[in-house]
Amino acid sequence: MRRFVPTLKAAAVAAVLALAPVAFDQGARAAEGGPESGHDVIKIPNTDFSFDGIFGTFDRASAQRGFQVYKEVCAACHSMRHLSYRHLTGIGLTPAQVQALASQFQVQDGPNDNGEMFERPARPSDHFRRPFANDAAARAANNGALPPDLSVMVKAREGGADYLHALLVGYSDPPEGITIAEGMHYNKYFPGHQIAMAPPLNTDGQVTYVDGTNATVDQMATDIATFLAWAAEPELEQRRAMGVRMIIFLTILAGLAYAVKRKVWSDLH
Amino acid sequence: MADSHHETNEHNDVRRLHDSKVANPLLRWIDQRMPVISMIQLEYGSFPTPRNFNYFWNFGALAMVTLAIMIATGVVLSMQYAAHTMLAFDSVERIMRDVNYGWLLRYAHANGASMFFIVTYIHMWRSLHYGSYKSPRELLWMLGVVLFILMMATAFMGYVLPWGQMSFWGATVITNLFSALPVVGQSIVTWLWGGFSVDNPTLNRFFSLHYLLPFVIVGVTFLHVVALHITGSNNPLGIEPKTKQDTIPFHPYYTMKDSFGIVVFLIVYAVLVFFMPNYLGHPDNYIPANPLVTPAHIVPEWYFLPFYAILRAVPDKLGGVVLMGGALVILFFLPWLDSSPVRSMRFRPITRWLFLLWTVNFFVLGYVGGKPAEQPYILIAQISTAYYFAYFLVILPFLSKFERPLPLPESIAHAVLSRRGGGPLPAGATAKPMEKA
Ligand code: HEC
Ligand code: HEM
Repeated sequence: MRRFVPTLKAAAVAAVLALAPVAFDQGARAAEGGPESGHDVIKIPNTDFSFDGIFGTFDRASAQRGFQVYKEVCAACHSMRHLSYRHLTGIGLTPAQVQALASQFQVQDGPNDNGEMFERPARPSDHFRRPFANDAAARAANNGALPPDLSVMVKAREGGADYLHALLVGYSDPPEGITIAEGMHYNKYFPGHQIAMAPPLNTDGQVTYVDGTNATVDQMATDIATFLAWAAEPELEQRRAMGVRMIIFLTILAGLAYAVKRKVWSDLH
Repeated sequence: MADSHHETNEHNDVRRLHDSKVANPLLRWIDQRMPVISMIQLEYGSFPTPRNFNYFWNFGALAMVTLAIMIATGVVLSMQYAAHTMLAFDSVERIMRDVNYGWLLRYAHANGASMFFIVTYIHMWRSLHYGSYKSPRELLWMLGVVLFILMMATAFMGYVLPWGQMSFWGATVITNLFSALPVVGQSIVTWLWGGFSVDNPTLNRFFSLHYLLPFVIVGVTFLHVVALHITGSNNPLGIEPKTKQDTIPFHPYYTMKDSFGIVVFLIVYAVLVFFMPNYLGHPDNYIPANPLVTPAHIVPEWYFLPFYAILRAVPDKLGGVVLMGGALVILFFLPWLDSSPVRSMRFRPITRWLFLLWTVNFFVLGYVGGKPAEQPYILIAQISTAYYFAYFLVILPFLSKFERPLPLPESIAHAVLSRRGGGPLPAGATAKPMEKA
């Protein structure tokens, strides 16, 4: 036992040092949403998602409903420029469904032989159609506020999908004593609490789900958050599955390497 | 064999060939003309290495492995990455979505940078704790400091490449530091930027340098290892090996121990890459760079935070820059600042505790570096900065004048065997080949 002591000590110190990034990072994270904006830090409530945890996967039906919400509601204002229609096979659409879906949209192509741009039905390889030609047009239609692209939104906000869900259900009348600027809306979870986006999901049944699910605001918020989580990290399932295999393999290899090391060193002990 | 001796005697022009001991004729032919095989044999096979390394001695090999991984993933990423402000962010997303295993490459590279710093920080801590910077290893240590600074520059410029909000604003804040220099400051900043703000020319040069510097790191690493193989390794006791009993050949003992360490390292790395790939990153870097919107907090990557805290500890910009630079430069002088003849902290009863305090203090600096620049963090940063420097400038130069070191063991073998056997060795035991104790 005693000869393990130095090894254990060294391992302990190494572990502490290896924790440094986590410790530093926590400091930096706690500083988020901090005092400069003068508002209190609101804890984002946790939503139970199908993709939580190491073995979680995207609930395909939920993600497809989420896509329906995006298509019927959010797409009026928000682009998703990193996605193509063909990517949607990732949430369980068949290639034929993708083909049919894409052809509902008109996209610009060209120039043709006469040097003119023209419209044609989208193909699966086309990127999602954007609601506005450019940022200026998007602002002009939204009281000067720019609806951000939603492709990687889940990775671009502290709290990820939980934040998204909270934001969409977090609208209410402002509390006593808080005045809201013209064209702004009170939202408990938005940093600063004043958001230029009017509550996009405001009535139960706003979307009529093709699969018959009851479209409560909470359900729609969960579905769109699931869809956007997939859109931000389409590789998530493959990544985790590969990770599990990798770690099992490496753990066995570590065991073997340790055994060989012990054997090699045994003539010294 | 006899053949080659014959040759050597007969032909003058062959006399200069290396006297190779390699058995395979083809390899011997090569080795006689270019003795890299003999060199590897000598430097990594039979190389006499202290027998008492603990696991802290694994981290040099781990740093080399990480460097290799960074170059491999980086070269492949570069084939798909577009160094232009209009394209960079989208090209990285394209790598993540449309390039086969692109997400793996990119996450391995981004988290590889963090692993590189974890490993290097532990490697440096080891050198500080066991006095590896002291004579005769001063140059070896200084080359290490050069490597650390090159790594910082490389990682800083790499973080700019995905052209997210933190990329842009981090680059703006850090390059702006040079404007604190008197007279020439602003001109230097304009020169660094290649314009009047961080923009496309800046991104282009950062990509060029980010590709170049890792290969400079390879070169300096080579010199670092050359220096190491002249002085030989230090060890946890900090005493030099005296007899054959004190050392063992590098292969197979340390090659096997390093292999085990590498696999454990890969497990930690895999957990980061496969299960928490964005944990150490900042969400703002998934927002495309926008010169018109300043993020609420501009925080550097975690590995810069201790130095960032020193930078912000004093209200004066130039003062902060000088202190931060000083915190790195002082490391070059460390071998001459420490006046104690004893290397390992194990035998320095007072310094040992003050060094552990320095370690905790470094964590504190990292912690406040991630906090907004306001009280009480500023005060904490000031006290911690003072202690960071006091350790090097006051404690190490003067304390040893009063501290009485503990008695050093007679030899490495003696210390190892008495620990294993639980008592003093019978006389003569050290002269025998090692057996199971
Ligand atoms: C009428 C246009 C409009 C619609 C429809 C709309 N949004 Fe928005 N959205 C905006 C605008 C404008 C902003 C910018 C708000 C701001 O910065 O104050 C915004 C901001 C956001 C943000 C960013 C919040 C943050 O933390 O910065 C998210 C997430 C979001 N919208 C999601 C959605 C989702 C999901 C839907 C569909 C259910 C949706 N939006 C529908 C206009 C819209
Ligand atoms: C010392 C070794 C290296 C370090 C510490 C390092 C560090 C980094 C960091 C921190 C990033 C940002 C990652 C992110 O957040 O996206 C990055 C990106 C990048 N690096 Fe490196 N790097 C190293 C070597 C290399 C090499 C040798 C190459 C090319 C040959 C390279 C090419 C790239 C490219 C193309 C990117 C942009 C893609 C991306 O952001 O993922 N790197 N590097």
